[in-house]
Amino acid sequence: MTEILSFNQVSFSYTPDSPEHRKAVQNVSFSINEGEWIAIVGHNGSGKSTMVKLVSGLLFPQEGEIRVMRNVLTEENLWETRSNIGMVFQNPDNQFVGATVQDDVAFALENSGVPYKEMVERVHASLAQVKMDKFLNHEPHHLSGGQKQRVAIAGALAMRPKLLILDEATSMLDPQGREEVLKTVRALREETGLTVLSITHDVEEALFADRVLFMNDGKKYAEGTPSEIFALGDKLVEFGLELPFAMRMTKLFQENGVLLAGQHMTEEELVNDLWASNFNK
Amino acid sequence: MGIKLQQVSYAYSMGTPFEKYALFDVDLTIPHGTYQAIIGHTGSGKSTILQHFNGLLKPSKGQVHIGDRVIAAGKKAKELKPVRQKVGIVFQFPEHQLFEETVLKDIMFGPMNFGVSEQEAEQRARELIHLVGLPEDTLNKSPFDLSGGQMRRVAIAGVLAMDPEVIVLDEPTAGLDPRGQKEIMDMFHALHKERGLTTILVTHSMEDAARYADKIAIMHEGRCVLNGTPLEVFADAETLEKYRLELPHIVRFQRKIEKLMNKSLSKICLTEEELAAEVAQALREGRDAQ
Amino acid sequence: MMEKMIFGRYIPGDSFVHRLDPRSKLVFVFAFILVVFLANNIVTYAFLLAFTLLVILMSRIRLYFLINGLKPVMILLVFTFLIHILFTREGDIVFELGFFKVYEEGLRQGIFISIRFLVLVFMTSILTLTTSPISITDGIEVLLNPLKKVKMPVHELALMMSIALRFIPTLMDETDKIMKAQMARGSDLSAGPIKERVKAVVPLLVPLFVSAFKRAEDLATAMEVRGYRGGEGRTRYRQLKWDWRDTISLVALVVMTALLVFYRN
Repeated sequence: MTEILSFNQVSFSYTPDSPEHRKAVQNVSFSINEGEWIAIVGHNGSGKSTMVKLVSGLLFPQEGEIRVMRNVLTEENLWETRSNIGMVFQNPDNQFVGATVQDDVAFALENSGVPYKEMVERVHASLAQVKMDKFLNHEPHHLSGGQKQRVAIAGALAMRPKLLILDEATSMLDPQGREEVLKTVRALREETGLTVLSITHDVEEALFADRVLFMNDGKKYAEGTPSEIFALGDKLVEFGLELPFAMRMTKLFQENGVLLAGQHMTEEELVNDLWASNFNK
Repeated sequence: MGIKLQQVSYAYSMGTPFEKYALFDVDLTIPHGTYQAIIGHTGSGKSTILQHFNGLLKPSKGQVHIGDRVIAAGKKAKELKPVRQKVGIVFQFPEHQLFEETVLKDIMFGPMNFGVSEQEAEQRARELIHLVGLPEDTLNKSPFDLSGGQMRRVAIAGVLAMDPEVIVLDEPTAGLDPRGQKEIMDMFHALHKERGLTTILVTHSMEDAARYADKIAIMHEGRCVLNGTPLEVFADAETLEKYRLELPHIVRFQRKIEKLMNKSLSKICLTEEELAAEVAQALREGRDAQ
Repeated sequence: MMEKMIFGRYIPGDSFVHRLDPRSKLVFVFAFILVVFLANNIVTYAFLLAFTLLVILMSRIRLYFLINGLKPVMILLVFTFLIHILFTREGDIVFELGFFKVYEEGLRQGIFISIRFLVLVFMTSILTLTTSPISITDGIEVLLNPLKKVKMPVHELALMMSIALRFIPTLMDETDKIMKAQMARGSDLSAGPIKERVKAVVPLLVPLFVSAFKRAEDLATAMEVRGYRGGEGRTRYRQLKWDWRDTISLVALVVMTALLVFYRN
């Protein structure tokens, strides 16, 4: 297993010199291996966004180290590191640099001096991957939020990144746009085995991840598979998150005296249990 | 105060090469005290319709009744201030409208524009800051020092401070985390009940519409294609499907369970609590019958 | 009012003029602006007018659109015309009504100046109507490229221009939204004495600036993360292609110039 990214005892404070300095990220360690999908969940202000800024070298940790492709991230190798990481941010409008869809996808390629012919191929190929190849010459204000985010993903893919980071990329979208983006990411993972790090407060999004990091108040509160994390139940609610739909229903069913064998994260499991425990006897 | 739209059409850039209709012959009556949800995809005309509720846009055809004021196409609409005072709109991302030095001043901005005295406006601000769930010392802070969620609450207080009779909400929870979303929606629902407001919720979320609304109107490509109680609307799965809208999660789940039990529950459940109780009831009856 | 103006707008299409390279269009229009001043008699002005009409025809932009959309400019034109008629007192009197006299030379001058004005406005409008702002930027960047030698930051300027253009619609929408939100809170931008109106702009401008800075910050982050480090070592995705159309149009302009020189007094 190739390690793509790791945090080792990383701490960061925006106001390191003030006496009452609060650490935005405190002693966080985790790692991502090639092909994994990791979700970082937490309410607004839990330190998620700071972690993204640390990965992309917009901030540097005061303590601990961050490794990308096993190399410690420093100011010297910053630009090389960035070419290995594709990022999609929250606001679809504020990351669209180009005048049209294809110009925007080409932006990172232009920056790293890819020759024209290769650029054209890569732009077309990555737009096809996110199914936006029919929109080559569209201007951003004629696209929906979901479409803009897919273009942003294509822009990242064009650089053939080792890691794709989605920084609350779906939180400003309507349900349709959110579905569009998540579908795109799932399809990409199936086709290319892309490594994904998504930062989100949408629990249904976190369910797709292989592993979930639960952040609270700058600290890693828990780490595990989605079922391990959501088994924390009320603890999550207390920290401003919500349980997945199926888990909420499971709990309500049990409170109302409906027989069930256990906890469930997906609707299918719940329906199956409901069937097995109540009808199929 | 009720709102009535009669045969309302609206075109942007009327009379230019860029003319584009966004609403076609919309009829919609929202009686006093109703919690009305308006649902539709992006581009369905939701945000255009919303701006007719307080005369920000004037219909290109047809007329809008706001209480006893009529705003009709082709006629000059003067002195809209009384209408705007009575119909408060919380726009999407309302925190983008904050501008004053302090939260207090910003909340007082609306009421003072409508001629409320400074003392009265300040008193309202002090009451409302609690209502939106912020500590009183927030009032003296700059709105730009607050977090996104706090700014949202301040902006909402700024609209409520106008003491409107109708409150229009445009995706009021977009971008908030789940706890924030629930708190805000519950607050508006409580206000609606306590103060007997007319509430209009413009949203993408079938979930919120199911949970809070008395009536749901569906917009599609500039037309109002369906309007009824949640039960009526959700019973009409075919129409919803035609307009690429999904039933709320809870109703879809109920359908799955009904299929499994091979019988229908006595009603369509709009909340999770309701569904759990119904299913428990149905199972008990099933057992008793055996 | 503003939304009826077509000055500075772009109408997509695929006419002969639309398909010209922005470089040739820019060179053409700038040269044309100079050439216009060669005309000094009826024949040469007729040439100019005919030439301009031909270009409009080839751009497939409806003349009605153009005239209707340029109404505010037309008022200026009528004004210039009247000034010439009223204040030039040379040649025979053509028309007389009491103390109001129109002289032959005044009429001549008035018509000539109006034509000059008209063709200039039409030609520049055709440029912006048929060329997307981003293509114009590309054209300017390439045409200014030689200035890099004298340390002019041509690439940075062009990027700034293209980003500004890209955000114009976004910021227009935003202005509209904030204005509506403040109007809904009882702010009135269109009534009252000047002092009140100036005060009413604050609730609009502060949020607009706050949001513009936020966007700028986000955009800078997005650009940095996507590896933007200035113009050095960058390749260009937007390629400009000079084809036969461009050569033809520049040849046409040269011929036109020759005719003007030949027929002018």
